[in-house]
This record gives sequence, structure tokens and C-alpha cells, in this order.
Amino acid sequence: MVSGWFADAASAWSAVVLTVQLASVTTVLLLIVATPLAWWLSQTTSRWRAPILAFVTLPLVLPPTVLGFYLLVAMGPQGWLGQWTQAMGWGLLSFTFSGLVLGSMVFSLPFAVQPLQHSFEAMGRRPMEVAATLGARPLDAFFSVALPLARPGMVTAAILSFAHTVGEFGVVLMIGGNVPGQTRVVSTQIYGHVEAMEYPQAHALALGMLVFSFVVLLALAAVKRRWPGVGS
Amino acid sequence: MGHNHIRLRLPRANHVLALDVTLPDQGITVILGASGSGKTSLLRCVAGLERAQDAHVEMGGVVWQDDQQGVFVPTWQRAVGYVFQEASLLPHLDVMQNLAYGLKRAGQRVTTHSLDQAVDLLGIGPLLGRSTARLSGGERQRVALARALASQPRLLLLDEPMASLDAARRQDILPWLEKMRDELHLPMLYVTHAVDEAARLGAHMLVLENGQVKTQGPVAEVFANIEQPMWVGEDMGAWLQGTVVERHADWHLCRVAFDGGQMWLRDSGVALGQMVRMRVLARDVSIATEAPLHTSIQNQLSAVIEAVAPDAHPSQVLVRLRVGPWAVLARITQKAWSDLALGLGQTVTVQVKSVAVVA
Repeated sequence: MVSGWFADAASAWSAVVLTVQLASVTTVLLLIVATPLAWWLSQTTSRWRAPILAFVTLPLVLPPTVLGFYLLVAMGPQGWLGQWTQAMGWGLLSFTFSGLVLGSMVFSLPFAVQPLQHSFEAMGRRPMEVAATLGARPLDAFFSVALPLARPGMVTAAILSFAHTVGEFGVVLMIGGNVPGQTRVVSTQIYGHVEAMEYPQAHALALGMLVFSFVVLLALAAVKRRWPGVGS
Repeated sequence: MGHNHIRLRLPRANHVLALDVTLPDQGITVILGASGSGKTSLLRCVAGLERAQDAHVEMGGVVWQDDQQGVFVPTWQRAVGYVFQEASLLPHLDVMQNLAYGLKRAGQRVTTHSLDQAVDLLGIGPLLGRSTARLSGGERQRVALARALASQPRLLLLDEPMASLDAARRQDILPWLEKMRDELHLPMLYVTHAVDEAARLGAHMLVLENGQVKTQGPVAEVFANIEQPMWVGEDMGAWLQGTVVERHADWHLCRVAFDGGQMWLRDSGVALGQMVRMRVLARDVSIATEAPLHTSIQNQLSAVIEAVAPDAHPSQVLVRLRVGPWAVLARITQKAWSDLALGLGQTVTVQVKSVAVVA
């Protein structure tokens, strides 16, 4: 009994750690990718804006299994991504942690891009024009004016990306499988417990997720209180 | 100093902004026009914030845009200061950081001395440590003015800097603008729709209407243009500039001398030797063919009739008279014009019933 409890706790802990790792790495990489993309979307008058915006928003609408399916195919040995990663000597991404990171980034992309884009748009053109008249070159103005002013959007984007990654299930299951210590995160762990009729273990993890999600929403509310007018 | 030349075309919603003007390289040039006349677009093109077509923009001998040569200097490389209509302080920086923002990026040509000077000139020393959110509207604009000055621009562009302020705040900021005009040798383009600001601050004036230059020239001349009057109705008047040379305590009057004559004004506490601008309304000016001897009107000036034009009502005419280098407008009846047998080039005496000091 005791060793059984211990094994449960160890595997739960492993899933939690993996989940936090996945969400952290995904959030950091996503902010790096989403910031220039959101800036471009907020500034451009290009005719590519609408299709790219729709593409970025797709993960909001698509069932995660659809997204996961396409990613799985792309990452597979015959897929374009799989061919490329193999050619680069990295092997295949499917059923690996890196593959999960990539999938999570695609899946959470709109949650990072939209708050940032809203922040950049709410800022208007004026601050960047002010910076230009004060002798700041465009890149300098971006880092010294646009980014600091978009901080609430950045914080919202980070919280949402992190939370959304923690809460994802379909994509993880499709491209990650459920490999303990590799790709088995909390959400898939709960699924495994339920499949095995291990309700007490499922309860413990599910309650943890519930509390976590509640805290995240509280944190978001705090961000909005501090910086009113933040898009979500 | 080289000359300041602007030639550009810019299609806008209702009209095309198209002009070709040479502007003086010192003092305040007022760009006056109703909203939508293209005045702000003009300023933005000079700053490079907007790109006009077929343009040649040269300021102080430096070419900023020349489409024939394929030259377009981006805003950040132009030595301009720009003061926007509404408060444009960077909200994530405090007052001092706002002031330092341009200074840090101005490179070698500017020292912190220019920042100290700007702070002194605009009297914002006590505000330096404050957050921008804790400034009044007038204080914000003073900080914005100082920020623009700190990087030592060669040209200062002001886009209705008082438009967002109420009347009382305007009176707070006007003296600072006048101080800048008087103490700095910096050409400025000042966009406004307020005729009184133009008259008070401007040396040169460009009037825009639907994207076209309606008239331009020295402010006093533009205001004295009776063919294209700047003022309507009772406000029609002209401007003179003179120096206070005497204050008479018993009468509460002061004597202002100018090229072409002198006038007694109500003493409003202006210091001896100070330059004042005076506004003389056309309705307060009458014309006599001989100097009247027995009259209560103290201010009489010798003037030459230069032009006459119909006024709003057919019973009246507007007459422009030359007093030294200045123009004075008189509103008289058509009948008086005819009875006195007035004519162009005739020397007459004008009587000025009332004069207002505006600055």
C-alpha cells in the first residue's frame, strides 16, 4: 500500500514537473515569436494581414485533435518537418519533449499574439512618432517605447500561454503519446488514471489543476486592475 | 543659414495638399487654417512622419526630402523638435527621463547644458522628479516643449500645442511660448486654427484653405489684407508693434512709440522699454482729412490711404491705411468715403478711439 502510494506520488510529481517545464519553455519561446508577429499585425497595411491573422487565430477554433493530427503527420518520417529535422540530424520530433513544445507553441499562438497585438494597437502611432522625432531609430524606439508600453499585454500573453499549455490535452496526446517522464503531462496523466479506474489519483491531480486555473484567473484580474484597458 | 523651402503634394481625403513656399529662417511662422485644411499634414511632412509625393523639403540649407534625387531622410535623422497637439509625454518614463530621452539620442552635437537651459527656460525644474501622470495639462505641454528643445533642433514644429488646453491654461502657456520666441534663435513652424494665437505669436504667416496656400506674408500684412480678411465682423482689425516709452501715473496711461507715430494706451502695468503688440479694431478707427483740433480722441496718426474694399454690409467700406511700415484698418460708411472725397494715395489723419494691448 505504502509503496503503491509512493509510486503514485512519484509519477504525479514527474507529470507536474514535466508540465511546468513544458509550459515555461513554451511560454518563453512563444513570447519571442509572438512579439514581432503581433507588432507586424498591429502596424501593417499589407494585404497579407487578414490571411495571416486568420491563420494565427486558427488554433482557437480547430479541435486540438485536428491540429495534433496535422502536426503528427508533419513531424513524422514522411512529413516535411520530419524530413527536415532528420536532415538536420535531430531525428524525429514526434513523441519527444521538443515535439510537444512545438505543438504547444502552435496551439497557444493566438493566446500570446492577441494580447500583445491589442496592446500595440491601443498604444497608437503617437509614442513611436514621438520617439522618432526625438532621434530614436526604429529598432531603438521599439525596445525603448513600444515594448515597455506593451508590458501589460506581455504579462497577459505570458499568463495565458502558460495556463493554456498546462491545460492542453488533445495536441499532447496526438503528438506526444503518453511517455512517462517524456511527454506524460498532468492532463494526460489524469486521463490515464481514469482509464485505469484510479479515481483517487485522478481526483488529486484534477483538484490541483482546478486550483491552478483559479489562481491564474485571479492573477489575470490583478493584471487588469493594475493596467486598466489591457486586452485579454 | 540656408533657406527653408517646402514643395509638396499629398492627396488627402477631401482635397490635395499642394504647396510651394519659401519660409523665413527665423522667428515663428504660423500656419493657420481651419481643421481639415491640411496644416497638420504639412507639419508631418516636414518632420518626415508622413511622406508627400513629388516633394522638396529643405530646412536651414539641409535637404530632408527631394524626390527628384531620391532623398528621404527618416524622421529620427532630422534635427527637428516636434510638439504634438495632445500631451505626448512617454507614459512609462518620468519627467526627467522624458527630457533625457531625446538628449541621449542626439549624439555628439548636444550636451546636457542644453537640457539645463531648456529646463530653466520653461521653468520646469520643480517637476523633474514627477511622474507624467501627475502633471497638469499646461505642465505637460511645457515639459513637451522642453523635451523638444533639449536635443537642440534646428527647427521646432508645433502642432496646436495649446489646442488641448482650456482658456485659462492657454494663458499659462502663452508667456512661455513668447519667451521661447524671444530668447531662442530657432525657427519655428506653429500650426493653429486660432487667429488670436497667430496674431500674438507669429512673425510670418501662411494661411491654408483646402490644402492650398490662401495667403502668406508678415503677420501684420496678412491681417491688414482687406481683400481676404482674416477677421470677420466686429473683430476685423490690424496689428501694430511698438515700445513702451513713457508711463504716466496720474492718467494711468502709457505711451507706446512705433515707426510712424505714437499712441497713448491704458497702462496695464507693462514695463518701460518693453515691446508690445497692439490690436486696433477697424470699427474704432475714423478718418479725417484735416487733423481735428477739438476732439476727445487722443490718438491721431498721419496715414496714407492704400486700399479700399467693400465690407460685409453694403453701407460700409474697409479702408487700409499705411502708418509708417504698419497698416491700420478703418471701417467707415460708403457715404463718408464719398462725402470726404477720399482717394487712394491721399494723406489723412486717422483717429484711434481704442487700442488693446495683446502682448
